[in-house]
Amino acid sequence: MAKIQLDLAHSYKPDPKVDGDYALLPLKMTFEDGGAYALLGPSGCGKTTMLNIMSGLVVPSHGTVLFDGQDMTRATPQQRNIAQVFQFPVIYDTMTVAENLAFPLKNRKVPADQIKQRVGQIAEMLEMSHQLGMGAAGLSADQKQKISLGRGLVRPDVSAVLFDEPLTVIDPHLKWQLRRKLKQIHHELKLTLIYVTHDQVEALTFADQVVVMTRGKVVQIGTPEALFDRPAHTFVGHFIGSPGMNFLPVTVRGDVLEIAGARLPTDAGRHLPDGVLTLGIRPEYLELGAPDAPGAVSVRVLQVQDIGTYWLVSCDASGVPLKLRLAPDVAPPAVGETVGLQLLGENTCFYQNEELLP
Amino acid sequence: MTEKPVNQKAWFLILPVLVCVAFSAILPLMTVVNYSVQDIISPDRRVFVGTEWFAAVMRDQDLHAALWNQLKFSGAVLLVQIPLGIALALAMPASGWKASATLVLVALSLLIPWNVVGTIWQIFARTDIGLMGATLERMGVDYSYTGNATHAWLTVLLMDVWHWTPLVALLAYAGLRSIPDAYYQAARIDGASKFAVFRYIQLPKMRGVLMIAVLLRFMDSFMIYTEPFVLTGGGPGNATTFLSQYLTQKAVGQFDLGPAAAFSLIYFFIILLFCFVLYNWMLRLGQAEKEGGQS
Repeated sequence: MAKIQLDLAHSYKPDPKVDGDYALLPLKMTFEDGGAYALLGPSGCGKTTMLNIMSGLVVPSHGTVLFDGQDMTRATPQQRNIAQVFQFPVIYDTMTVAENLAFPLKNRKVPADQIKQRVGQIAEMLEMSHQLGMGAAGLSADQKQKISLGRGLVRPDVSAVLFDEPLTVIDPHLKWQLRRKLKQIHHELKLTLIYVTHDQVEALTFADQVVVMTRGKVVQIGTPEALFDRPAHTFVGHFIGSPGMNFLPVTVRGDVLEIAGARLPTDAGRHLPDGVLTLGIRPEYLELGAPDAPGAVSVRVLQVQDIGTYWLVSCDASGVPLKLRLAPDVAPPAVGETVGLQLLGENTCFYQNEELLP
Repeated sequence: MTEKPVNQKAWFLILPVLVCVAFSAILPLMTVVNYSVQDIISPDRRVFVGTEWFAAVMRDQDLHAALWNQLKFSGAVLLVQIPLGIALALAMPASGWKASATLVLVALSLLIPWNVVGTIWQIFARTDIGLMGATLERMGVDYSYTGNATHAWLTVLLMDVWHWTPLVALLAYAGLRSIPDAYYQAARIDGASKFAVFRYIQLPKMRGVLMIAVLLRFMDSFMIYTEPFVLTGGGPGNATTFLSQYLTQKAVGQFDLGPAAAFSLIYFFIILLFCFVLYNWMLRLGQAEKEGGQS
């Protein structure tokens, strides 16, 4: 187990000049020993590159990778003692399940009785004990992926276990089960787990700390709650949540705020710089009110959808689309109706150049 | 459950294929069968002899020698070409212009007509002007592919290796390139040695193409004719007379149509039998591994 520190940038091109040439823009971050992390971002944001740099499959073009303070930038995966699980199942066709699980240990010359014990343990955790003697090639895709997971977890002394979207090929119901398993394994074994995914639910349920990335940049590192309540970047607000955060342009002049044609007093406790800002508010924190209530911004209801566990209401605030999530027991507004929304509250965030204002 | 519609007229749809196959395969084959059970004395005088030709051919000492020679040759071809082809494929670059250049270079010998291959080697092995022959001579080897039976046999084998190993290499290369990168990455993470990567990833993933390579090389080498015919003419003595050449001598040289036809059929069944056995054996091998220990 190790604390992993990254201070690097990576480009697959030989001579990067503009930001777009980088797969990973210069970044500095630390993964604490024993933590459960998720790297979350859309496809192509650099999360797999970051993972491969940590595991040693890719050498960063700039900067260093430290394991417990030791420079490991050019060390092989073996020297780093890293385990990694890939998106698609990788199994050794000619081996049995048990031999597959034992392979990483056997290559490291672990004594046979220890291998046997460890393989038994992992198989039990993954509920594969009854399949140990079977040939691995004949199993289904999700069974094979379980073997891949098992091979990642079988070494007790690894610096970290890296997962590269490991549950993509797994059935939804099994996904829940395996994710819970991973979490449980994390508690039992106290391994450092780093999990790459583009699925926010997966990231938020798995990790203590979520690293949100976009276009080669880390935009926020925080707990799931922090990402939800105080997105540090408009991308985080937009990417996390279903639907994502609402954003509207606002103009601040002294202590007057102009939002969607309405002029409101700025919150006394909050100091905002003059100029054009972006207001962000989660659909969950919007409530319906009368259009003429004090502090309300009037909007027109465009669409009401029944999502089952909530109403999804789409509105138009002078040309800016807004979405609301209403509890199922609330009577939804009628389409075409004009309602009032309280946009300024404790859950309202303000952004300047996409960055959160304190 | 709905009943499947029955349409007997659909049988007529396979008629064109049937006609084509009849003219291209079945009728010629039946002609051979016809010859094999008759003694044709002249075009209008023929006698039915039953299985006499078959019995005669089976007792033929020359045939036994040719068959034994052929089996040794095909066995040696497989033993040399398959491992060598795999080794070549492993050594070939995976991508970039080097890969394209290597592919063209490796495939070059496959583009040469068979009798030209024989001629090339005839010159190559000459002890006066041939590169190989002269070099061996200078090194003190008393080399003569026309005089020494072992030398002749080895030269034919070497020629076949030169001519056909690239086919095995190309097939193995195609198999190697189809292995996803993740396998190699996982092997690195798992700390697998180079040999373990070969044994547990590359070899199992190449099984399909190797099976094709073994079958192709077996069939082709078992029917080899042109190259040894040009190079050694089957000599010295009968050292490089393989089955097809023996057959040609019988059918065209001595015009013994009956025994030649009988032997053609036996030849055909030998190849069929070997391919059947090889194919099933390799298939079984794959399945056994898949089910490994399930019983």
